[in-house]
Amino acid sequence: MHISEGVLNGPVLVAGASIALAGTVVGLKKLELDNIPQAGMLAAAFFVASLIHVPVGPASVHLILNGIVGLLLGWAAFPAILTALLLQAMMFQYGGITTLGVNTVIMALPAVICYYLFKPFIHKTHRSAMIGAFACGAGSVLLGAILVAAALMFTEKNFLEVAGLVVIAHIPVMIIEGVITAFCVAFLKKVKPEIFM
Amino acid sequence: MNQDSFAEGHSVIHRIDPRLRLVGAVALAVVVAVSYDFTTLITALALSLLLALMAQLDLRTVIRRLLAPILFLLLLWAVLPWSFKGESFLTWGLITLTRPGITLCAQISLKTIALMVTFMALLATMTVDTLGHALNRLRFPDKLVVMLLITFRYLFVIEQEYRRLLRAMKIRNFQPKTNLHSYRTYAYLIGILFVRASERARRVHGAMICRGFSGKFFSLREFSPHPWNGAFCFFITFSLILLIILEWVV
Repeated sequence: MHISEGVLNGPVLVAGASIALAGTVVGLKKLELDNIPQAGMLAAAFFVASLIHVPVGPASVHLILNGIVGLLLGWAAFPAILTALLLQAMMFQYGGITTLGVNTVIMALPAVICYYLFKPFIHKTHRSAMIGAFACGAGSVLLGAILVAAALMFTEKNFLEVAGLVVIAHIPVMIIEGVITAFCVAFLKKVKPEIFM
Repeated sequence: MNQDSFAEGHSVIHRIDPRLRLVGAVALAVVVAVSYDFTTLITALALSLLLALMAQLDLRTVIRRLLAPILFLLLLWAVLPWSFKGESFLTWGLITLTRPGITLCAQISLKTIALMVTFMALLATMTVDTLGHALNRLRFPDKLVVMLLITFRYLFVIEQEYRRLLRAMKIRNFQPKTNLHSYRTYAYLIGILFVRASERARRVHGAMICRGFSGKFFSLREFSPHPWNGAFCFFITFSLILLIILEWVV
């Protein structure tokens, strides 16, 4: 989920870059030295997992997984997602320099919000952990889509139709992300519960 | 991950100090991103193509990399001209195409392509580890640089892990379909990727501690001076001044 270069106007780009900078500073501050390899490795796993395409009827969508990154990393989701986006830009030119900030915010801010909202559910019973994880996966995509729409609307009021299309296009992705996050959290709770520190 | 990248090469651009390229690319991108004048944008596009020529980028790869943004631009061209409110340009029965809608689409298209090609010419022509060392010299925080380099180093390891798991799934006749079973299988695949990443991080961290890692990043990369560095600085400064004059003065 990202906005390509050249679409947004100056103020929106500056706002995005400032929020991303603030989030990254907080994330790096909270990230202890001993956890840097952990965060870097999870950023790599996030990058690889986002290459997975899952089928939806005749088409396929690629996963975003910012919800689960939020659950695993908390505030460190900001530097982790920034790193992953920088790598995507360098290796495949998905995104670029000026939109790096906005795109980081689009994925990392929902991750941090969902971390605070749904993290408490993860340590409860199997049932509420699954429900919380579904809400986390779906919610982080929804929030991301809303942020994309907001970035477009703040750039130009006439982007209404395009912004609407973006949100609608993300509805199937939301459901799939929710389902996958729920199963993934159930799996991690069984296999390696200490990963949710 | 297809690896036909621009990072390897022997062009003029490849030899220029990565720090200069990084700063130059950011400065050019910022100016182009806030410009709307057509003369400025066409000049920016011409400059980006000139840089791409100097970097000897493979034309087919450039076009392939531009496909995704072009698809988005096509979506804009499909929606904006009729949904934008303003003076009409062309009327076709019920559909009215407006002049400001078309203008905005053209501005965005020019900007997107100029920005992407500049990025490819100046930044994609260095490897990620070079970028890491350049960021370190430009005083970016050690934590961020170390994280970037660890992520880049293990990206390919984790990708191979993923390919291996996928092959094992295929051998067991996994066929992705739109059903809960497929989604659960993918969820477990992602789960195990995270578990293995976390385990590997623990081992890597142990190894780093054994080698005396204390959080300080020592970059041993040397960026040797090159006679073209000065010329490059001059070229970028000249381009920036030209773009700024075209956009805000003329």
